[in-house]
Amino acid sequence: MGRMLQTLESQDELAAAMSPRDLFLQGFRHMLLARLMDDKMASLYRGGKIQGGVFLGRGQEALSAATGLALRKGDVFAPLIRDGAGRLAFGEPLLDAVRTYLGSPLGPMRARDGNVHRGNPRHGLLPMISHLGTMISVVNGVLMAKRFKKLSGHVGAASIGDGATSTGSFHEGLNQAAVEKLPLVLVVANNQYAYSTPNARQFACANLIDKSAGYGVDGHEVDGTDLQACLQTVGQAVARARQGLGPQLVVARLLRLCGHGEHDDGSYIDPALKASPLGRDCLQVAEEVLWRQGWADEKATRRLRQELAQLLEETLAVVQREPAPDPYREDWRPLAERHLMERFENYPALEAM
Amino acid sequence: MSVTYLEAIRAAQARALAEDERVFIYGQDVGAFGGAFKATKNLAAEFPGRVLDAPISEDAIIGAAIGAAIEGMRPIIEMQFADFSLPGLTQIVNQAATLFWRSQMPCPITIRLPSGGTAGGGPFHSQSLEAVYAHFPGLIVMTPGTAEDAYSMLLEAVAIDDPVIFCEHKYLYYHCKAEALPSEAMPVGKARIARAGRDLTLVAYSAMVQDSLEAAQDLAGEGAEIEVVDLRSIKPLDTDTVVASVARTGRLLCVGEAWPWGGVTAEVVARVAAEGFGLLDAPPQRLNSRDTPIPYHPGLWTAHRPTVRSIAAAARNLLRM
Repeated sequence: MGRMLQTLESQDELAAAMSPRDLFLQGFRHMLLARLMDDKMASLYRGGKIQGGVFLGRGQEALSAATGLALRKGDVFAPLIRDGAGRLAFGEPLLDAVRTYLGSPLGPMRARDGNVHRGNPRHGLLPMISHLGTMISVVNGVLMAKRFKKLSGHVGAASIGDGATSTGSFHEGLNQAAVEKLPLVLVVANNQYAYSTPNARQFACANLIDKSAGYGVDGHEVDGTDLQACLQTVGQAVARARQGLGPQLVVARLLRLCGHGEHDDGSYIDPALKASPLGRDCLQVAEEVLWRQGWADEKATRRLRQELAQLLEETLAVVQREPAPDPYREDWRPLAERHLMERFENYPALEAM
Repeated sequence: MSVTYLEAIRAAQARALAEDERVFIYGQDVGAFGGAFKATKNLAAEFPGRVLDAPISEDAIIGAAIGAAIEGMRPIIEMQFADFSLPGLTQIVNQAATLFWRSQMPCPITIRLPSGGTAGGGPFHSQSLEAVYAHFPGLIVMTPGTAEDAYSMLLEAVAIDDPVIFCEHKYLYYHCKAEALPSEAMPVGKARIARAGRDLTLVAYSAMVQDSLEAAQDLAGEGAEIEVVDLRSIKPLDTDTVVASVARTGRLLCVGEAWPWGGVTAEVVARVAAEGFGLLDAPPQRLNSRDTPIPYHPGLWTAHRPTVRSIAAAARNLLRM
């Protein structure tokens, strides 16, 4: 907890004074660590070491990192399944992510929920549920509460994909934010597919950004494969929300460079899209920018990769030594008010499990 | 000077707003208009900026309440009718009800559901959905059957650190009165013996408490002493008080205005059968609405749901068993 706060505070200070080079380097670092973690989780999944699903952010790290970096302490962030980089950038400890994936009872969800369904609401990181679009209005509520409490200058960001724009929750949430003029930044990663369903079967408008006019909010388009563009566009959207200019809709064009989850090989993804500029790997693009700008050379990025891989290995080693959750010691309590718990007599006996 | 059930609900909200700055009210038409049933009449003027009209977006209304609760507020949500809470079902059962279990973050929201039938209400303005919500872990479900309970339980709902589904009955709004607002109350989770008797236990909640008391009065004229138990909250459900009553009477009839499949009456019968089988002198019985959508015409509607007459008839049958 302390560590998270510390990260957020230092980021706040950094963001204020950060040069374009430093901001880009920060973004690249979060993207790289998220990619390394994704690769590791995918390999653990294939080795049968992870229960449940594994969902990767491959191809979406630039947009995600830019979102996390644009936020500061006191802001609220509702990431979605492909936001490993953004979570790190917002201040989520790597340990929380690994513990949740491996089902450690010491993680923030204490093995009661897993993989990408993690967060720390006390520090503004909302734990997503699986129902797409529903986190938007929850962010709205946090922002309404901040207004009640006369706390100003804070924004809320919610991440969704192209698929979630078809939900009623998206419509209700964005409309609500517009009616209340809330500092919401809604970041849509248009990765061309919702699970296997292509955009053509998801919506019929020419461009998702056209929706911004319908809701009466500002719209921003960006190339999601380009970290520099993402930092600039998302940064600008967040700044406008922070200034009190109301909800901001950001739509990023990109391609999911993997299946929906590790159970899915993504064989339905159109090869023409993969070969198009959308199919560029944002991490590789960012690394090349670093070299080209002279902000880091090949040796430096190789060293960073080794350093982060080492950090990941060390974190994994810690978590793998942690005990599994114990059904005997679990208090099986869904209510904060213990005295209002129902007392059922017909639970399965643990001995018989 | 008497207070109606509806006035009690308004008074409880006024008191909650006055005593706790974390409380606000959010719902359709609740602001200057004062709500479809006037349960928030004048509150927007008395508490400027804290009684907010919402768009017709039940999903987003509940979602915003959850977010506000995370940020330390204690929202009261008015759903215009219980029936209209269903577009917000995901937020209630998947978001609000799971939040504490998943993240240890309490979710103190109160969702008021104007529930139950009134003559002419029809299929979409008459539903009693308490069993739907009680089914999901992580929610408290209150079903006050008196004006006193409507007041004190609503105040307690706001104070509770968990999501509360507050099922207030629309018929009781105008037809149920208290002498005055109560100064003390039984805690939530405790059932109340509304009438003592030794021949049969009649378990009811919400509007069926009043009908059950009338039926018990009628049967008293026939020499039967009926004990009426008002559950007050159906989750948690006070099994101990129900079983203790059955221990005295040996007979159980449970009455609910909701549909028969599953639900509160089935739950009460199951618990009594499991925990008090030896106490029963006759098979436990229950009485519910018919298993159809709720009819519009008053002539059909009164034949659709339990009434004083049908409750009394069911009790007579059970007394003969």
